[in-house]
Amino acid sequence: MFKAILARLQQKHRTMKYPDGAPPPLSDRFRGRPLVDTSKCPQGCRACSDACPTGALDPRDPARLDLGKCLFCTDCANACPQQAITHSRNYQLAARDRKDLVVTRERQAVEVVGAALDAKLRRLLGRSLKLRQVSAGGCNACEADTNVLGTVGWDLGRFGIQFVASPRHADGILVTGPVSQNMALALKKTYDAVSDPRIVIAVGTCAISGGPYLGHPEVAGGAEAVVPVDLYVPGCPPNPLTILDGLLRLIGRIEDGARRG
Amino acid sequence: MNDSRPELATLTNGLAVKRSEIPVFPVGGFGQIILDGVAARQRVSALFGATSPVPGATRLYVVLADDEQNQLFAAATDVIGDEFPSLTPRCPQVHLFEREIAEQFGLRPVGHPWLKPVRYRRSWTGRDAWNRPSGQPILPAVGDFYRVEGEQVHEVAVGPVHAGVIEPGHFRFQCHGEQVFHLEIALGFQHRGVEEALLGGPNARAIHFAETLSGDATVAHATTYSQVIEALAGCQTSARAQAVRGIALELERLACHIGDLGALAGDVGYLPTSSFCGRIRGDFLNMTALLCGSRFGRGLVRPGGIGFDVDADRVAELGRRLDAGEKDATVAIDLLWNTQSVMARFEEVGPLSRNVAAELGIVGPAARASGLERDVRRDQPSGIFCFSHIPISTCETGDVFARAYMRWLEIQQSIGFIRDQLKALPSGASRVPVKALAPDSFAVALNEGWRGEICHVALTDAQGRFARYKVVDPSFHNWPGLAYALRNQEISDFPICNKSFNLSYCGHDL
Repeated sequence: MFKAILARLQQKHRTMKYPDGAPPPLSDRFRGRPLVDTSKCPQGCRACSDACPTGALDPRDPARLDLGKCLFCTDCANACPQQAITHSRNYQLAARDRKDLVVTRERQAVEVVGAALDAKLRRLLGRSLKLRQVSAGGCNACEADTNVLGTVGWDLGRFGIQFVASPRHADGILVTGPVSQNMALALKKTYDAVSDPRIVIAVGTCAISGGPYLGHPEVAGGAEAVVPVDLYVPGCPPNPLTILDGLLRLIGRIEDGARRG
Repeated sequence: MNDSRPELATLTNGLAVKRSEIPVFPVGGFGQIILDGVAARQRVSALFGATSPVPGATRLYVVLADDEQNQLFAAATDVIGDEFPSLTPRCPQVHLFEREIAEQFGLRPVGHPWLKPVRYRRSWTGRDAWNRPSGQPILPAVGDFYRVEGEQVHEVAVGPVHAGVIEPGHFRFQCHGEQVFHLEIALGFQHRGVEEALLGGPNARAIHFAETLSGDATVAHATTYSQVIEALAGCQTSARAQAVRGIALELERLACHIGDLGALAGDVGYLPTSSFCGRIRGDFLNMTALLCGSRFGRGLVRPGGIGFDVDADRVAELGRRLDAGEKDATVAIDLLWNTQSVMARFEEVGPLSRNVAAELGIVGPAARASGLERDVRRDQPSGIFCFSHIPISTCETGDVFARAYMRWLEIQQSIGFIRDQLKALPSGASRVPVKALAPDSFAVALNEGWRGEICHVALTDAQGRFARYKVVDPSFHNWPGLAYALRNQEISDFPICNKSFNLSYCGHDL
């Protein structure tokens, strides 16, 4: 017992101040969304979209990028002969509308889109959101970095958000993975077992579009093929900060990047 | 070595040979080679089907690992028709391999004691080993389960969706009161068609498939994939790239082992270590992010070398973080061994004897916990491990305690290894160009991921495209070990037994 107390003193208090303080530091090599400086693009060059493993970059207009398909890899940047592609450092990627994940030329400057629930749902779920997690065909990285939010550093419980052991206890489900054909029925049944009103959060590029497995007959191509989705959190996998930011904006704890008590 | 033994192809981890150098034996002789090899303490690293140049035949390949002689052997056979004699009754470690061949190619291993699908999908050939009608959907985990019958015997079914944030799988327990007589595990829910999609490759997605075969073993699988490509392209990576891959591989092991010890503590209700390790694991994931921006090492390993180089400042920062992480982890983990209530729950729970582990072909820390001295880093070294050796430890008891304590021993060794590498990081290009792959070739690469041996085998066609790409995740070997460890245990001990193996569902399901 004495040793455990000494250990507790050595380990210190580690819960981060965020969102009331600064977010935890990210690696200087952290990759947010790819930014294409189209002024450098030679006529007819498709090097980036040809290199993209998932077709996230539009071959007709490389400034048009679908974050719902992007793996946040370096294939486009490495392929660009003009070094016109860099990665944003912004971790705020979540959106409520699938269309908002498509970054167009006009939206290049827009960093954050709205992600909050409407007032009625926010009143119901804003202070207590219980989620059932369904892992459906992915690689377990999204699950791992979702789990991290429960550790003392992130302490998801302080926002009233908690993962529960039964859909009957849940206000919604958090889906990861491209939804393999072998998990489609289990996902649907889990969703059906959650009582209304209920929400669905798709975490990771797989759960949004199928990710690297997009087009495989073995997968349904994302959660949307089986259940309606209320929040999309892109990334492969998303950093825990990206997931937490999405959840906090969803329940109205953060608005438009500004903090809210 | 038996003198009368037929001549097999001798392979080296990470080198390619011509496909014509793999000898093709009659089916009976091929089976005997596997039985003799296993009797001589070799292991089946891979056993899989592929297309054959012989019309109407399916070619089976085996890769045998001889840990004592530090050699790999390969052989092949052509199965004509739709069945072959099963080796499983005499060689339990091929049990799942034969089920996989049945599922993928529609070949029936005659005499297989428990011939069920592995991933619940249609075969690649249109032939079905179970004669299921083609119009009917194949539903996961639907079918017969092993049943124990009798008064007060009952069945407990769990999954595919679990109570925590965990991958899907179905567990069927045959219980008598609290006691588990038998556990059967049905997987396949994570199946997403990776091997199928790699046929005709490599393509733009191939490295991303490798990185997501099992997300928590991204570096191990991406390194193994890259070594297969480099072998087939005749490309030599720099010592520097190999050292950085080695550092990243050990960081991956550290993060997972520390996380597992925290999770084991949580499962026996010891919250101090559970809380501390959950956070410390994140610190180690962030060390990988320091190298490449991704906590899971995405983008770090690429065919030809590494996608991100490290400068002196980054080396110094990594060294500082490693020191801090080591201190925190030591304090947090030492608590476990000094707390009687934890030790009472770890000891003598979920034992896997040395003999059973050897017969099932268990790999990685689970094998070493049962006293089997096997580690790819020493037995079949590649890359940096050819030059820099990691000592191997084993335990004898094979219980939850042994599997937990193995992790602690390996944590200390991995930290020492990384520290040595950081002190003397060799110079060289971070990445060299990779030429076209050699046609009609066969390459094997192995690495010791944190769960154990990862084996990739590639066969190229006349154009240098993948005619077959086989992935064997350590979980494919070890899931039967978990089922066995549960025998005669209490069902309430399932969580700590499960956590002590912490196997991958997606790595198994591909």
